[in-house]
Amino acid sequence: MKKRRKKKISYAKYGYIFSIPFVVTFALFTLYPIIYTIIIGFTDLKGLGAVSFNFLDDPFQNYKTILESQSFKTALGNTFRLWGWNFLPQILLALFLAAIFTSRRHKIKGQGFFKVVFYMPNIITAATVALLFGSLFGYPMGPINDLLVSLGIFDEPYFFMQDKSVARGVVSFIQFWMWYGNTMIILISGILGINPDIYEAADIDGASGWQKFFYVTLPNLRTILIYTLVTSLIGGLQMFDIPQLLVAKSGPDNATLTTSCFIYNQAFSGSYMYNRASAASMIMFVIIAILSVIVFYLLQDRSEVAERKQMKKVEKELRQKAKKVGV
Amino acid sequence: MAKKNLKENPVQKKMDDVMDTKMSAIVVPVKTKKDKKPHISRFLIYTLCIILTLLSIMPFLIMVVNATRSTTEIQQHALSLIPSKYLLNNFKILTGKSFNPLLGFMNSMIISTCSTLCTVYFSTLTAYALVVYEWKLRKPFFTFIMAVMMIPSQLVSIGFYQFIYKIHLTNNFLPLILPSIAAPTCVFFMRQFMIPSLHIDVINSARIDGSGEFYTFNRIVLPIMKPAIATQAIFSFVASWNNLFLPMILLTRQDKYTMPIMVSLLKGDIYKTEYGSVYLGLTLTVLPLFVVYFLLSKYIIAGVALGGVKE
Repeated sequence: MKKRRKKKISYAKYGYIFSIPFVVTFALFTLYPIIYTIIIGFTDLKGLGAVSFNFLDDPFQNYKTILESQSFKTALGNTFRLWGWNFLPQILLALFLAAIFTSRRHKIKGQGFFKVVFYMPNIITAATVALLFGSLFGYPMGPINDLLVSLGIFDEPYFFMQDKSVARGVVSFIQFWMWYGNTMIILISGILGINPDIYEAADIDGASGWQKFFYVTLPNLRTILIYTLVTSLIGGLQMFDIPQLLVAKSGPDNATLTTSCFIYNQAFSGSYMYNRASAASMIMFVIIAILSVIVFYLLQDRSEVAERKQMKKVEKELRQKAKKVGV
Repeated sequence: MAKKNLKENPVQKKMDDVMDTKMSAIVVPVKTKKDKKPHISRFLIYTLCIILTLLSIMPFLIMVVNATRSTTEIQQHALSLIPSKYLLNNFKILTGKSFNPLLGFMNSMIISTCSTLCTVYFSTLTAYALVVYEWKLRKPFFTFIMAVMMIPSQLVSIGFYQFIYKIHLTNNFLPLILPSIAAPTCVFFMRQFMIPSLHIDVINSARIDGSGEFYTFNRIVLPIMKPAIATQAIFSFVASWNNLFLPMILLTRQDKYTMPIMVSLLKGDIYKTEYGSVYLGLTLTVLPLFVVYFLLSKYIIAGVALGGVKE
């Protein structure tokens, strides 16, 4: 007995001990609220300050109400539209800039400066950005109107935020403007991580710049592109600050009403329908989960194998070193 | 020849990159057709970059300039790059109503600082548990953290609000600070950073010296992790500073308002005609972020780049 105890001191328990803060916090502030949200979705909990509730006779009543609600459908459509119109130009511009900045042929100077400037909007409070753009597109006297009238493009100021497609366009543009720098930097680091030998081989084979981009860069960026897609999707489907603050009352005909705004409006204004907001939350939760699983299914093959390899390697090293110490 | 020799030395890969571009530049004159093309495309690329730069800067420039102009001036010409002298006047109008930038700044500062400390410290601790110790649930726990990263935070808000309301912690900063102890993205980043940079020998020699596990973590591991902690601290701080949704539903008392909530007040009717002061209010909320950003931009950009490499 004594011998054995001396030979191996097990540190495994510290693994559990050091994970406690994370697990407890997660259980208390994320897991419990999720379960609570699910339960509320089946009850009649509503009204400011209400805490007690009864289960509904028809447990799915709230879900039915939400799914039949016209404004939820509008909000869902808007959310995807606003996200799509920001993501598509964002990824295209970011890819283009990343390819250009890493290109040896062009040798763009001042890259450090451009990166800093392009990323800048990302750290600015979204609420501030929303209000700022609201003022820029102001009516009757905003800077954009001033510019367009002074240049003679418009005869008189235009009420931009009263126009459905302009209001949506501005929301998408702000999202695009805030995030393309971030995506660009991630893609640049991805491209720099590609083995230069592949490019050299392509050079030897006489590949043109475009061919190298489509046959070397893009396939090698697959994992990072999908990662960008997933994070952007999860963030984009929760869009709240900008549509909520850009135009009053979600714009004309709820043009910029997103699902997060819908949930907020249901639960924290008007008649405080916590139950319906919970149902709407869960519907969004399911949608995001399904989309993430689909995208991750596409991602799985490469990165997970690499992950496992890395884990195994580290474990091996640890074991070997532990053995050495043990001896 | 020299190029080839360099190629074989992986340590000098970066040097090689530099060499290679120079080489190709020398080679280019041979292909006379391709010689002219880069000039035109380079010109177009620089033009695009300059347009994008203006796009990033102009909104903020207009904002700062208009913050110094009176409402009548803005009503006559909203677009101007010449500052005026109504800054103090605008400030008086702004603070004369419900907007209190100093209070918002202090509240945001308290919340952001505390939650940043929680995030980086406990994330490093969790990453340490994942990297250094061999325990049965280690792999499932890591998978679990990866999965948890995908949970959209706003979608748990109703249950969270009800829970906080029930334990009477609305209008308290704790529910905005404590949840940041469990920050899966940060744990993931710390783990990725820790694997190559923390050698088990260091920990073992500390053990031999009789250092307890917790002491080792605080005194040896934390200093090694400094670069990663700094990067993550910036991101966590900015994210907490910019958060609007949760503070908006949890803090209902004016004296607890954070900066983003203060911003949303500017949208209200009382400021409807005070254009100059609205611009000033926006400027004040952005100012601390600008200072932080231009002091730390190098680290921020590096951090974004590191976060993207997830293979």
